Amino acid sequence: VQTRIFFLIAAAVAALVFVAARFVSNDYVFFAGYTVLQFVVLATAWNILGGYTGYVNFGSAAFFAMGAYASVFFHKTYQLPIPLLIIIGGAVSGLVGLGMGYLTLRLRGAFFAIATLALAVVLQTFIVNWDYVGGSRGAYIIRPAEVLFVGPYIQYLFLLMLGLVVAALTCARWIERSQLGYGFATIRDDELAAEACGVPTLQLKLIATTISGGLMGMAGAPFPYYIGYLQPASAFGLEYAVNSIAMPMIGGTTSWVGPLIGAILLGSLQQIATVTISSAVNLLIVGLLLVAFVIIAPRGIVGLVQERLRRSVR
Amino acid sequence: VCLSFDLLLNAVIAGILLGGFYAAVTVGVSISFGILDIVNIAHPAFIIIGSYIAYIVNVTLGIDPILISIIMMPAFYLLGAAVYQVYYESFEKYGQESLIGLSFFFGLLFVTEVGLILVFGVDYRYVEAWYIGPSWHFGAIDLPLRMLVPCLAALALFAALQLFLSYTFIGRAISAVAQDQLALRLMAASPTRIKRIAFGISIATTAVAGALLIIIQPVEPSIGREYIGRVFAICVLGGLGSLPGTLIGAMLLGIVESFTSTCYGPSWAPAVAFGVLLLTLAFRPAGLLGR
Repeated sequence: VQTRIFFLIAAAVAALVFVAARFVSNDYVFFAGYTVLQFVVLATAWNILGGYTGYVNFGSAAFFAMGAYASVFFHKTYQLPIPLLIIIGGAVSGLVGLGMGYLTLRLRGAFFAIATLALAVVLQTFIVNWDYVGGSRGAYIIRPAEVLFVGPYIQYLFLLMLGLVVAALTCARWIERSQLGYGFATIRDDELAAEACGVPTLQLKLIATTISGGLMGMAGAPFPYYIGYLQPASAFGLEYAVNSIAMPMIGGTTSWVGPLIGAILLGSLQQIATVTISSAVNLLIVGLLLVAFVIIAPRGIVGLVQERLRRSVR
Repeated sequence: VCLSFDLLLNAVIAGILLGGFYAAVTVGVSISFGILDIVNIAHPAFIIIGSYIAYIVNVTLGIDPILISIIMMPAFYLLGAAVYQVYYESFEKYGQESLIGLSFFFGLLFVTEVGLILVFGVDYRYVEAWYIGPSWHFGAIDLPLRMLVPCLAALALFAALQLFLSYTFIGRAISAVAQDQLALRLMAASPTRIKRIAFGISIATTAVAGALLIIIQPVEPSIGREYIGRVFAICVLGGLGSLPGTLIGAMLLGIVESFTSTCYGPSWAPAVAFGVLLLTLAFRPAGLLGR
């Protein structure tokens, strides 16, 4: 299927989801759905770098929070509409990703992973010390109750996040089938050999970090409006980092379907577990699932299904 | 704010004491990451486990935390050996250590943290010992024993490991693994066994590092995250695989952090390690004493 057609199908499915959600009279479905959709974007973004090129990013929370805090900053300064804030958040996080990648990607892969881990701690330190965006006290965002043509504000946010999901999935699928994607795959399989064959590995890796970081920032940009009160500890929460790794790992990292499946499964499971058990236990479940999957089924659910299909064909 | 000589002198001394402690925290990573090439980002999680064990035994039996940690070292060694075995069987054997191996350790880090939160809650825990509280004064110099004792214990641990690696058969074998695994195989030695031992030792050091941590400051489960940046920054700054380099790197980071706290306030200290890490990676990726 061509990218354009894929985009149309994805948009149609998204529209169906939105209409179906409006039939539920309870607004909670939008609150819970927003979180799941946000994780779909984060997981897809992580997978563009992690799954396609094989470079692990532990700092998803940092990129996410950069987007969120860019929104807080511009909300206080100019009062821009959210779609514009999403683009700004994406640009800020994309630039951070580019800079990080430029400093660390010329070295061994592990350095990049470590640097992303440390990045989250440092950016959090900066935000905590930056009073304009609320510092350690946090920042309140007053949001309007209704939006024209859509209705309640949460539905508007949900719709925006659906749009981001469509954009992220289309982008991931396009990359997978383009020359860029083949370049990424050569880096994942054997970077040295790729380099020797004339693949511009550094350039490709930088493209991947920028796209991946940018999408994470875009996912973070509407977050302050969703939560209403943004605090460094909640924006930089480790659950974003662990979820955006666990979801693609559990779903399968080689194609765009994996993160989608992983995020929907794990995201819904967490929404249920948070309500029924406790939020600490639900994080423990995610961690244990991550460890279990990387040991037992390193290719994720998609890998398991593919294996089953191959066997049944024979 | 930073002009008084006394203040500067005390900042340097506090930095050296802190650096000694950082050396103990980092030496395990220096072995696992620097020598064995295993990117164990869950290292701080083991340190926090060490802290909590020191806390439990100290509170119930009143034993000195450092003594407890030395007694616990064999248990941590076995834990480390077991973790390495899982890591080897699941990832290293297939050459897949990069992506999913890292995720494995990240998962371990996360599971430990959340597990500790579920068991102990997010309250800060601390230990009691005779050297927590008093300090020695020499003129303008302050020597808090709470920092001095961990620093000396850390240096002792460091010296012991350096001697072990340079003078014993196993220690030299560990260096051999770092240099050429194939050559080792050709001589009918098993690099896996040696790596298992070395990784066990690396985790055994976290028992001590954890006890020292809880002496220096109260501990809660998520505090380990702050040490990931520090530990790897020191490791890279000193030069991978070089224990003397690690010691120098730890002292340098300790001093720079201490200056930052004195001049700009302690809330900026966590950013220092990252700055050091990025600058090192950008200008001298081999580190100070790197190969």
